[in-house]
This record gives sequence, structure tokens and C-alpha cells, in this order.
Amino acid sequence: MPGADSAGEAVAAAVESSVVTRTSAPPSFDVADFPVPHGREEEWRFTPLQRLRGLHDGTAAADGSIKVDLSAPDGVTVETVGLDDPRVGRAGTPVDRVTAQAFSSVEKATVVSVPRDAVLAEPVRLGLHGEGGVTYGHTVFDIGAFAEAVLVLDHTGDTARAANVEFLVGDGAKLTVVSVQDWDDTAVHVTQHNVLVGRDASVKSIVVTFGGDVVRVHPRVSYAGPGGEAELYGLYFTDEGQHHEHRLLVDHNAPNCRSNVAYKGALQGETARAVWIGDVVIRVQATGTETYELNRNLVLTDGAQVHSVPNLEIETGEIQGAGHASATGRFEDEQLFYLMARGIPADEARRLVVRGFFAELVQQIGVADVEERLLAKLEAELAESIG
Amino acid sequence: MATLEIHDLHVSVESESGSTEILRGVDLTVKQGETHAIMGPNGSGKSTLAYSLAGHPKYTVTGGTVTLDGEDVLEMSVDERARAGVFLAMQYPVEVPGVSVSNFLRTSATAVRGEAPRLRTWVKEVKEAMERLEMDPAFAERNVNEGFSGGEKKRHEILQLELLRPKVAILDETDSGLDIDALRIVSSGVNRVRESGDVGTLLITHYTRILRYIKPDHVHVFAGGRIVESGGAELADKLEAEGYEQYTKGVAS
Repeated sequence: MPGADSAGEAVAAAVESSVVTRTSAPPSFDVADFPVPHGREEEWRFTPLQRLRGLHDGTAAADGSIKVDLSAPDGVTVETVGLDDPRVGRAGTPVDRVTAQAFSSVEKATVVSVPRDAVLAEPVRLGLHGEGGVTYGHTVFDIGAFAEAVLVLDHTGDTARAANVEFLVGDGAKLTVVSVQDWDDTAVHVTQHNVLVGRDASVKSIVVTFGGDVVRVHPRVSYAGPGGEAELYGLYFTDEGQHHEHRLLVDHNAPNCRSNVAYKGALQGETARAVWIGDVVIRVQATGTETYELNRNLVLTDGAQVHSVPNLEIETGEIQGAGHASATGRFEDEQLFYLMARGIPADEARRLVVRGFFAELVQQIGVADVEERLLAKLEAELAESIG
Repeated sequence: MATLEIHDLHVSVESESGSTEILRGVDLTVKQGETHAIMGPNGSGKSTLAYSLAGHPKYTVTGGTVTLDGEDVLEMSVDERARAGVFLAMQYPVEVPGVSVSNFLRTSATAVRGEAPRLRTWVKEVKEAMERLEMDPAFAERNVNEGFSGGEKKRHEILQLELLRPKVAILDETDSGLDIDALRIVSSGVNRVRESGDVGTLLITHYTRILRYIKPDHVHVFAGGRIVESGGAELADKLEAEGYEQYTKGVAS
């Protein structure tokens, strides 16, 4: 039928059917397989390309340096390997030009391995401190079967960085990974996190983004066997001038797996921009899937903008449950008045609301020192931006 | 003795169509220990008086003075007024998602008292105050006003009144939307605070119903943005019998 209605349906259908296929080129390790984006592509339309410092158009030579600080408990091994190592690229393939650029620009990858059955008493901590210029990276975390580990990735300093990070989670293993983007306000960071969840394994990913000029984190989860579980949590605090983008894909490609996604962001400042894309695909073979995704945003000041786009694509009806929710709320003048009318100063009122907004997510982390650190970061961020 | 003095108060609201004067010269003195009922028809400016005293940014004071023990209230920010001892129990309390009642109460008490209450005595104080208002202890873990029934919101307002112990309590239509049980519970909360003798109470209401539970010392009729008649408790009986009609005739709305 002609007319406005059918046009609307066509648009809706295009969105529904394109969760996996809507990128401008198929996944590839070779940057040459991706055209230089112009900004109107589905995967780039929210990203300020001109602020990527050339990561997207081939002009960013690897002229920078990054200080690596790795601390790991006994039993954890660290290797530098060639890109032909079978562990490299196993958890996923770059899906956009910048992460393909990262793969094409590195010659070696770092592999951090937790042996089978090992239960780590202390987290593995990887600190990356940018010292200017452009850097590329590829890191694989290989968690052996039935191992239990906590990883903390900490990004600070200044750099324009494109990187791929892989997590191979063995059968029955339990992994918690916290990635903190606490860059200087000048940094640019585009990264793809590929997570391959083993049979009956469970993964908890917590992405925390505070700093940077442009930060774009793309966690992607798929399952190597049935019974896997992925919890993907995220917190972002986006200030004046910052662009924070979190794109997620959970590919339910195996039966009886679960996923739960919850990202929350607060924005402050007229030019603060946040993007959240949550894609979930339930393949025809993924019977018994249970999935839920949620994104909440709290806009603290006028002008700040959020794009929040959940997508759910279901190819089988035999699932336990699937749902999504997205909402963006404002910290209203009336809320501020109410709290102030109880003697609470304006900055304290704003702090109370933001802390409350994030609290339930911080509690989800379940790792005491990481929770404390995040709360401290949140306080510092609030102190800085409220001033 | 704490005294709130309102003298010739004029207040306007700004809108797209210009400035509209709502309060047109309010004179009122509320002393510690006294209870004043302000009664009037809808649109008479009663709530504007309440919100103006609390410092709501929507209202612009165009003339007159408000002092609390000689201190200029109009010069103070909203939170300064609260810390100085002005409390407004709101007709429509605001939802604050993500902030639990217990966290909110403690933050507020810390701000108003100037120091954090000792945790052990504080927990007991809140628990007992909630019991008196017949509030479920689980209430403390809910988010402020989120999903509260009308009665729960008003009990929560009075709970704050009991915990913050202001010098002047302004109760804006606290009785509206309450069933008779809730009205009794809320009124007894207000009376406990009044009986301390420390607070001056400004009870703003449309109906005389609440005055059966909270006995005012003075009753003022509000119409056309100012007080048009003042008297004792007997004035409320007259209003009950005769309504507001005689006051609204000939007054610009």
C-alpha cells in the first residue's frame, strides 16, 4: 500500500532485520575491506568522525606510546605472539574500519592466560597509560576451563587508540572483567571487546567510562556452547565536550544461554553526548534463551543528548524470555527544589541523585575493591563537574 | 522566640503572556507555638504563599518583606531557608528516583542540623517516628515518593517535619487526598510537633475537615491574593456554614 504508513513500516522492518547485517562491510581483519566512512553509515552515524584523529581514514600512523603496567597473581602467564597464533581472532573479528585498522596495524598480540582450574586470589590488573600519539593494540585473555578470574583494565593518559580485546572463556569458567576508561579529556579510544563464552561458563563485564574526548566501546558476546551466561553492565558519566558511545551485541548462537545487559549513564554539560546501541540476536538454534537489556540515562543539564537504541532480533519462538527497556530521564528543577527545601545544597542534591542512580549497578559488580574504586571515581567526577 | 513576619508581600509569576500578580500584599505574623490556619477558595493564592516562603524559583517577589527572627528570608536560597528553620510540607511531593527514603532523610537531617546525627540514635529516632505515623519499616528503603500513594506521600512529609524540627512549619493542603484514617494519623503527627511548643504552624487548607484534628489559634481567610479576614477558631465554623462565596464576590480572580 502506498502512503506514509508503508514507508514507516519499511523503516521499522529495515531496523528489525539488520542487527547483524547492517554494517557497511562484513567483518574482516583487513582494513582494506572497509571503505573510509563518511559518517552516514549505520555504524558511524552517531560518532563524530572528525574527532577520531584519523583512526578511521588511514591517516593515523602508529607514532605514539603507551605505558603498560601488568600485575598478575602467580600462575598467570603473559606471552607476546604473532597474529597467526590460534588464540588471536578466535573470539571475534573486527566489524568496523577502525578496529580492522587496529588489527592491520599491529604485528604482535599479547596473550594473558589463566590456567585451567586456577582460582585467582587477586585480580589481574592491566594498566594502559597513554603518553601521546596514536597507538594500536591487540590483547587476548585466555581463561582456562573451570578457572575463576577477575580482570581489571585501566585506561588513563592521552592517546588516540584503536584496539581489539578478546576474552576466551573456557568451559565452566567464571570471569569478571572491569574496563575503566578514565582517559584524559583529549584521548580518543575505539575498541572492540570480543567475548566467547564457553559451555556453562559465566562472564560478567563491567564497562566504566568517565574520561576521553571520544570513547567508543563495542562489547560483543557469542557462545561456544550451551549453558553460558553473560552479564554486561556499564556506567558512563559524560561531561561537557565528551562523546561516549557503547555498542553491544549479544549473539545468542547456542541453546539455553542467558544474557543480561544493563547500562546507565549520566550526562552533564550542554555538549555532552552519549550513544548506547544494544543489539541482541537470538538465532534459530538458540532455543531456551533468556535475555534482557536495559539502558537508563540521567540528563542533568539542558543541551546534553543521548541516543539510546535497543534492538532485539528473534529467529526462534522457543525461548525463555526476551525483553528490553530504554529510558532517559531528566534531573528536574522540581526534584532539585524538593531536595533543597529539605536543607540540602544544590551540589549535594545533584550528587545524591547521581549516586542513587548508579548505586544498584555498582552493587552488581560484586568485587569489593573495584566497587570502592568506582564509587571513589564517581565522587571525583561529581566533585569535578559540579565544582 | 522564633517569629516569622510577612509584611506587604507581593508575588508574581512570569509566563509567556507576561507577569501576573498573585499575592497582593500579605501581612501575617506567626510566632513560635502558634497555629495559624489559612483558608480560602481554589486560586486564591494560598499555595503561592507557601511556595514563595520556601523560595520556589517559579515565583518572583515584587514587594514586601519576610523575616524569620529578624533575618531576611527573601535573601536566602531555598536550602538556606530550610536550614534557617522554614519547612514546607508540600501538596504534591516530588518523586526522586534512585534516592532511598533513609538516605534522603539522613542527608536532609545532616544539612539542617549542621552535623550528621549519630548513627545509632538516628536509626532509633527514624524507626520510632515511622512507627508513630504507622509507616511500614520497608518504606525507608523505597525511593523518595516513587510509587507512593497519596497518603504515603503525606505521611512522609510529616515524618520529615518530625525529624527536622523546624521553627516554622508550612503545611500546604496536607489534608488533601487523605482518607479519614490517614488524616487522623497525619494530624496527630502535626500535633506532636506543635505540642513541643517550638514550632509556629501555618496550616493551609481548602477544607475545615483537618481543623477538627488540628486546632488553630488563628484563622485567616485568603482571597484575591491576600488575607481578607482574620479571627479565632470560630471563623472556621462560619466558613464551614457559609462557604467562601461572600469573600470571592467582587474580588478580581
